[in-house]
Amino acid sequence: VPFAADALALERPRSLEQALAMLAADPALAPMAGCTDVYVGLHFGTVPQRRFIDLWGLDELRGIRADGEVLRIGALTTYAEIIRSKLASKRVPMLIAASREIGGAQIQNRGTLGGNIANASPAGDTLPVLAAAGARIVLRSHTGARAVPFESFYTGYRASVRRPDELIVAVEIPRVDGRQWWRKVGTRRAQAISKIMMAAVRGETVRIAYGSVAPTVVLATRTAGVLSAGGSLADARRALRSEIAPIDDVRSTGEYRRQVAANLLEQFWHETD
Amino acid sequence: MKLNVNGKTRTVKAHPMKRLLDVLREDCGLTGTKEGCGEGECGACTVLIDGVPVDSCIVPAVHAEGCKVITIEGATATRTGRALQNAFVTHGGAQCGICTPGMILAAAPLPPGASLDQIKTALAGNLCRCTGYPAIFRSVRSALKGKAGRAVRR
Repeated sequence: VPFAADALALERPRSLEQALAMLAADPALAPMAGCTDVYVGLHFGTVPQRRFIDLWGLDELRGIRADGEVLRIGALTTYAEIIRSKLASKRVPMLIAASREIGGAQIQNRGTLGGNIANASPAGDTLPVLAAAGARIVLRSHTGARAVPFESFYTGYRASVRRPDELIVAVEIPRVDGRQWWRKVGTRRAQAISKIMMAAVRGETVRIAYGSVAPTVVLATRTAGVLSAGGSLADARRALRSEIAPIDDVRSTGEYRRQVAANLLEQFWHETD
Repeated sequence: MKLNVNGKTRTVKAHPMKRLLDVLREDCGLTGTKEGCGEGECGACTVLIDGVPVDSCIVPAVHAEGCKVITIEGATATRTGRALQNAFVTHGGAQCGICTPGMILAAAPLPPGASLDQIKTALAGNLCRCTGYPAIFRSVRSALKGKAGRAVRR
């Protein structure tokens, strides 16, 4: 047994209200849901928390619905549920494409959209999609709710504006105008952590987001601005170099990522022409 | 905790955060479920919870409470499971055997006559280090075609 479960404590709220009250009383509780990140961390001893709050049973946080032009996805919605959703596939096909490439079926059946956001990895596969779509993260605490634009949600490496007494309850995706594009580059198609990924929308304006090229997901606004204004691909590539700061790690070198980021930009532009 | 495993209700005295994998192996004595990587990468520990494949090494046991868990011991008691098991034998889909229970359980929810693409997608989360995948895909394909157990002459 890799970790001693007996040393861990678990709170099991029966409702969101109860969960928020527990967190207000004890913000040190670490939220867990599908456990695809938490249990890997426990296995390797990289999760320091010992006291958890189990959100998996809170069905009110599941489901995908349209609120007029806004698509609202509950935080506990799994990747498998997103992949099966006709509504999501009509409105944000790039989110379906990203979800399909996360882990394998076993991970897609357990991993949640809210968990991908909360885990705050720079390699989180849905995060460039949410950035490119201009999503809002809905947070709730015992005292109220707020919606944070995706681009101001993260404040640094694995850091966000979420307070310890707040939970991510939903993601709101506005209407996305234009052609959507997604590509993940990894060592194999399934079960691979991204070396780099890019989500983009080509409409009246262009939106481009990259993952795994900086401490947080990057919304490449200057690069997109060049293309929106009718600038050349060469100018866009130059802008891109100043917007990303990839590092060398176990999966890739920074230079490889720079090159591939530029290649993806070109591929996106040609394929959505 | 009350767990329904392979159609039988069991009461186990275990911490709610104990890995489902360990509860199955240690508390239920069902050692057919294997541990490979322990981090949700290899799929060796795949079981079905309410018919859905999950990696039991990253599922807290308490998440299986009130659900129907099927392990390899239960799967091979069903018709599809037996067909898969026989096909793995016939087509050389198993060598060391560590990945086999997970492969069979990941394939179990596939519809009859599933395409090679569907099979590859269903097994994308299961790693094999011995046979390579073609023999496994052949086994699953043949089981889902209902040809399981028929000897293949080469």
